[in-house]
Amino acid sequence: MKRVGIPRGLFYYYYYPLWKSFFTNLGAQVVTSAPTNRLTVEQGIQSTVDESCYPIKVYFGHIKQLCRESIDYLFIPRIVSVEKRSYICPKFMGIPDMVRARIDNLPPLIDTIIDFSRDDKLTNKEIIKAGKIFTNKTSLIRDAYQAAGKELQFCKTLTGQGHTMAEAISLWEGTSLPRLNSSSDLTVGLLGHGYSLYDQDISMNIIDRLRLMGCRVVLPEALDKQDIESRAATLPKRVFWTLGRKMVGSALYMAQRQEVDGIIYVACFGCGPDSMVGEIIERKIAGKPFMLITVDEHTGEAGLITRLEAFCDMLKRRRMANDADNFSPHG
Amino acid sequence: MQITFPHMGNVHIPIKTLLQKLQLEAVPPPPITQKTLALGIKYAPEFACLPLKISIGNFIEALENGADTILMAGGWGPCRFGYYAQVERDILQDLGYQFKMIILEAPDSNVRELLNQVKAMGENVTLWETLKVVKYVWHQINAIDKLEKAYEYYLAHTSEKERADKIFGNGLAAIGNCCFKKDIDQVCSETIAGLENLPRHNQPVLKIGLVGEVYTVLEPACNFDIISFLGHMNAAVTRSIYLPDWINDHLFKGMIKKSNRAQVYRQASPYLNYWVGGHGRETVGCTVGFARSAFDGVIQVGPLTCMPEIVAQSVLHKVSEEESIPCMTLYFDEHSGSAGVYTRLEAFTDMLNRRVNTNLNIKQGGIN
Repeated sequence: MKRVGIPRGLFYYYYYPLWKSFFTNLGAQVVTSAPTNRLTVEQGIQSTVDESCYPIKVYFGHIKQLCRESIDYLFIPRIVSVEKRSYICPKFMGIPDMVRARIDNLPPLIDTIIDFSRDDKLTNKEIIKAGKIFTNKTSLIRDAYQAAGKELQFCKTLTGQGHTMAEAISLWEGTSLPRLNSSSDLTVGLLGHGYSLYDQDISMNIIDRLRLMGCRVVLPEALDKQDIESRAATLPKRVFWTLGRKMVGSALYMAQRQEVDGIIYVACFGCGPDSMVGEIIERKIAGKPFMLITVDEHTGEAGLITRLEAFCDMLKRRRMANDADNFSPHG
Repeated sequence: MQITFPHMGNVHIPIKTLLQKLQLEAVPPPPITQKTLALGIKYAPEFACLPLKISIGNFIEALENGADTILMAGGWGPCRFGYYAQVERDILQDLGYQFKMIILEAPDSNVRELLNQVKAMGENVTLWETLKVVKYVWHQINAIDKLEKAYEYYLAHTSEKERADKIFGNGLAAIGNCCFKKDIDQVCSETIAGLENLPRHNQPVLKIGLVGEVYTVLEPACNFDIISFLGHMNAAVTRSIYLPDWINDHLFKGMIKKSNRAQVYRQASPYLNYWVGGHGRETVGCTVGFARSAFDGVIQVGPLTCMPEIVAQSVLHKVSEEESIPCMTLYFDEHSGSAGVYTRLEAFTDMLNRRVNTNLNIKQGGIN
């Protein structure tokens, strides 16, 4: 049985169920790396250029880990675009080349090009090409891909119920989730790229921390796609980053909701789209408390905890004070 | 309507001519200074790339000088530049400035669309006149390009660097003041002759390729005037991007003249096999090209956090190894101390000179 390695980073947190089912449906065994830890991070930092953003460094760490296991293939897709006329980020477009240039002794890569920016022709061809490694029957590959799509849909229903994508993946794989004892009296909208939010190391476990502080966390994945798109469409120019548009739309939607007390945006240091999108959001949602948290490879958690506590305290006080003498939303 | 626009190298000369010929009043921003950058840093998002910060500074200074309309380019990603105009408009409006913003979006395929956009600005000109103006400006752009190339070459070869700087500066100013094509041609050939006739030194001259993000390559204020600095150290710089090529490739989709992009892309493979937005693929392809045409070294420049350039940088060390060409990457951001950059450039050129000498000695059998 052929073993395919899928690094636990970047779009793992959006598409893992799809990828895993696709390869297992074709008779392969899928191996993932362990959740991000210090070793992952250190190895990632060693093999990337300093200027790369943190999630890219972590991704390289996961690849290094997979290289040590006995796998036949490494799945590093070149994700250019997942919808029409929108992109993810230039770094995603160059990742197989970056990996080849910076890591030696790689197993053979499956560098499927995923590019829906014009149409789905190229991507469909690429999926067949990837499947051909395991079987010669095109119909079998198509069926495998379609069945895999259903698995992804199942996970998306779970995120719609308020689970994070990481939790949804665990549930989908049959692991039960630990119960967090928390009472929620605040509702906080949490925005950020899935690969930084749901990776407990990159985001320093911000979601569970907020939950333990008594916040109900609303994630973009839990919102209706239509709501997000319609709010994002109010901007004078369409945001051409898929994730960026999702963030702007979600922020504008949350800003209009009474029950959302405040919004936190988790950005990565050096992230190109975040630098623009964060600025737009900050300017458009005046009136709703907003905090931008930038994460990178620093490991001190106290700074993050202090800021979260201060933000939650401020939200609570703001709620106590009546509307007439509201606290400044900028703290 | 008093129109302003962002600075990018010598682009202000043709844009000003274009606007004036369309019977519009142009208010170019004052030259980029420390103050421009300080304004940009103050109001632009912290993690935005440097061109955004500088152009915000440009706009503020121009609006203070009486401009009421901003001309800016757009784009459809994935590079951040495509969203510059949107963010800049929000920032300037929040600062309380009153202005109109005209955003020229690069057309998907249609050149006429672009001409119409240009014509829409000039209220009193016909499409035919617009076409004539565009042709004239294109001529001017090419003349400036010739001057820049001559300057880059002769500056490294002459012993009188200051005079070269002066001749070049005067030539540029004269081209901006011309009214007819033949005047431009005359100024152009006179200036080039002037540079050519400067006394030469007999030191070795290094050939350095400059690759990277377009704004950083073209704008001296953004790259600490790297071309002139290297020229003063007897290194002749050839760039990966010249303005006419950029306009031809990006605004006219390669319709004006034959583009060498296909070849650059071929060279980029197998190091970088897909486009990555911005000039990432050009950076890699041109580095390979420079290596194969016997350049001594390549310097990659870009604004800090520039996404396409990070991808290129990630594979550049492989290119350097396999094509055997020394490469250095310089990122520019808010820091204003030139000494650090100049020290690195000096060290790099020293290293290249030694490498050239060693190779020479090996060839002559001097060192075993």
